[in-house]
Amino acid sequence: MKSLIRVFAIMRKEFLQLSRDRLTFGMIVGIPLGQLLMFGYAINTDVRNLSAAYVDESDTHISREFIADITASQVIVMKQRVASVYELEQLLDAGSISIGIAIPGDFDRRVLERDRQAAQLLVDGADPIIAGVAQQLAALPLRFDSQARVPKQATLLEVRNYYNPERRSAVNIVPGLVGVILTMTMVLFTSVAIVREKERGNLELLINTPIKTPELMLGKIFPYILIGLIQLVLVLGLGWYFFQVPIRGSLIHVLAAALVFIAANLSLGLLVSTVAATQFQAMQMAFFFFLPSILISGFMFPFDGMPVAAQNIAEILPLTHFNRMIRGIVLRGADITSMLDELLALAIFTAVALTLAILRFSKRLD
Amino acid sequence: MMNKKQIAITASGLTMRFGSLVAVNNVDLEIEKGSIYGFLGPNGSGNSTTIRMLCGLLTPSSGSATVMGMDTKKESESLKQKIGYMTQRFSLYEDLSVKENLQFISEIYAVPGKERKHRVVELLDSFKLADRAKQRSGTLSGGQKQRLALAAATLHKPEILFLDEPTSAVDPQNRRDFWETLFELAEQGTTILVSTHYMDEAARCHRLAILDEGVKVADGSPRQLGETISSHVVEIEADDPNNARLCLLGSEEISSITQLGIKLRVMIPKTISDPVQLVNNSLVAANIQAKTEQVFPDLEDIFVSVTQQRRREQGS
Repeated sequence: MKSLIRVFAIMRKEFLQLSRDRLTFGMIVGIPLGQLLMFGYAINTDVRNLSAAYVDESDTHISREFIADITASQVIVMKQRVASVYELEQLLDAGSISIGIAIPGDFDRRVLERDRQAAQLLVDGADPIIAGVAQQLAALPLRFDSQARVPKQATLLEVRNYYNPERRSAVNIVPGLVGVILTMTMVLFTSVAIVREKERGNLELLINTPIKTPELMLGKIFPYILIGLIQLVLVLGLGWYFFQVPIRGSLIHVLAAALVFIAANLSLGLLVSTVAATQFQAMQMAFFFFLPSILISGFMFPFDGMPVAAQNIAEILPLTHFNRMIRGIVLRGADITSMLDELLALAIFTAVALTLAILRFSKRLD
Repeated sequence: MMNKKQIAITASGLTMRFGSLVAVNNVDLEIEKGSIYGFLGPNGSGNSTTIRMLCGLLTPSSGSATVMGMDTKKESESLKQKIGYMTQRFSLYEDLSVKENLQFISEIYAVPGKERKHRVVELLDSFKLADRAKQRSGTLSGGQKQRLALAAATLHKPEILFLDEPTSAVDPQNRRDFWETLFELAEQGTTILVSTHYMDEAARCHRLAILDEGVKVADGSPRQLGETISSHVVEIEADDPNNARLCLLGSEEISSITQLGIKLRVMIPKTISDPVQLVNNSLVAANIQAKTEQVFPDLEDIFVSVTQQRRREQGS
């Protein structure tokens, strides 16, 4: 009973302080909103409208038709025609184009005889995404309506795109964003909230009262669980509204996955708070955790493409497991019970971090 | 006023080391219930560290302490309900109002629901904070903050109150009121342990200990301390105190000279049987007109004397 009074006292105080700390309050809503809009609108891995130029040394109706065809694909925007391959290279060097198309003088003959490639793409391959686009262009089938002699070729494989047929990046990004934002809120805000008490001297008063460590921690973290859930609703709701990201799975399963993930991150936040002496230190430590979380958890880049070492590290990060769960549930309508491995991984992480945090937090000053 | 001599706090051989630094060195204490006990010493003399050990916040490197019959090492958690602690720095929440802070503390001590409201109102009244109840505590003046901190520390009616330099940011009038409150609390039976570096505050304590570099160099009532120090104090009133000072500086027997306006206070070891005569002789020799009088040592004299004595002992 007394415990409950104390936990509620801490919670109430935390809410009062939060409602008065406009900056933090703004971040709680502002960060999800800002990130959602930025990731949703700005980041697009399905690249279009790359700048390009071409040199056409044959200048026949076939070559002109070819240029028109390739422009119509919308993958590139033809900026200019130049006189020589050398000029194309100069434009590439200057960075004013990403792709150059060189059509040789014997283009027609090459097209007809089909013994060699008919033309050349000069690609700014420094960016692998652009290089990938060039691959797409190179795979364009040769077909000219006026050239009946060229038979239409069937490709070896046909692609059927499940879950995201329009290949919209937002569909993949938005569920992942839930995890990124929760990581940020739970680890950063929780650790800062506790370290702040240390820094402002409040903790010296608190540890002199009969409050017990678990009561203090529980009271401190509960408000942030609520905030985490608000952010979850915000991101998924706005993702659905702005970017038509579907939620195919059960909402209960989404909630369950989120709660387990929140628990893992909160434990880490608590652990950070017991190590850091100032709010600034807490922030620095949190960033050491964010960076790998964002980069190698599979949020930004496909997990399978990473080297084994990176994959092993990523398996430690809660975000990796959450990404798999939330994408599974939200995008593929998967059942959470089919992802017990991920749940188990998060549970182990929580147990380890929480144990360390409680061991480290002492009601004494030494 | 005091009941039969009951002991609230005892400590024996209390020692705290931080690495190679010995912050508190082998301190013994015995503090009576219902008394105001002062720790006098400059910053860094081990006052705060001693208080923190007695609260159970720091584990002593060696030695032990008993507070209200409870061992500070083993029973620090149950001790918390019996002690109130006012930190050196204002440690309530600056972004909460005065009333919210007190409510929070009342909940933390799990004061029963019905009493809680009543107790908060009572404290707001008795600490003259009722008109500030809704103000954020961060915007209070030094004196108001201190009253709030004391109100919070006494909310659960502790038997022992630890005050760590409570008046460092407070004007004289507020300090006077603050001490009135402390005496009222002591009369109601609260034992109060207060650290300070103000001599006038130390003089108000029933008993005090003087700490110097973590060592207890003296303890007793201000009166006892004055009687037991190893120096006479002579007050000199001269028309030209500066000249008198220069003249006396040459005398080997004089261990310290302090100027207070037109007066000089001179300390002379008790091995000299007639200190007034000694001073007069020097002054007459230099042809300086002055009135001399032997006085009872005040706390500053006591403090200077005992710390000097310790330095001398260390030196030899």
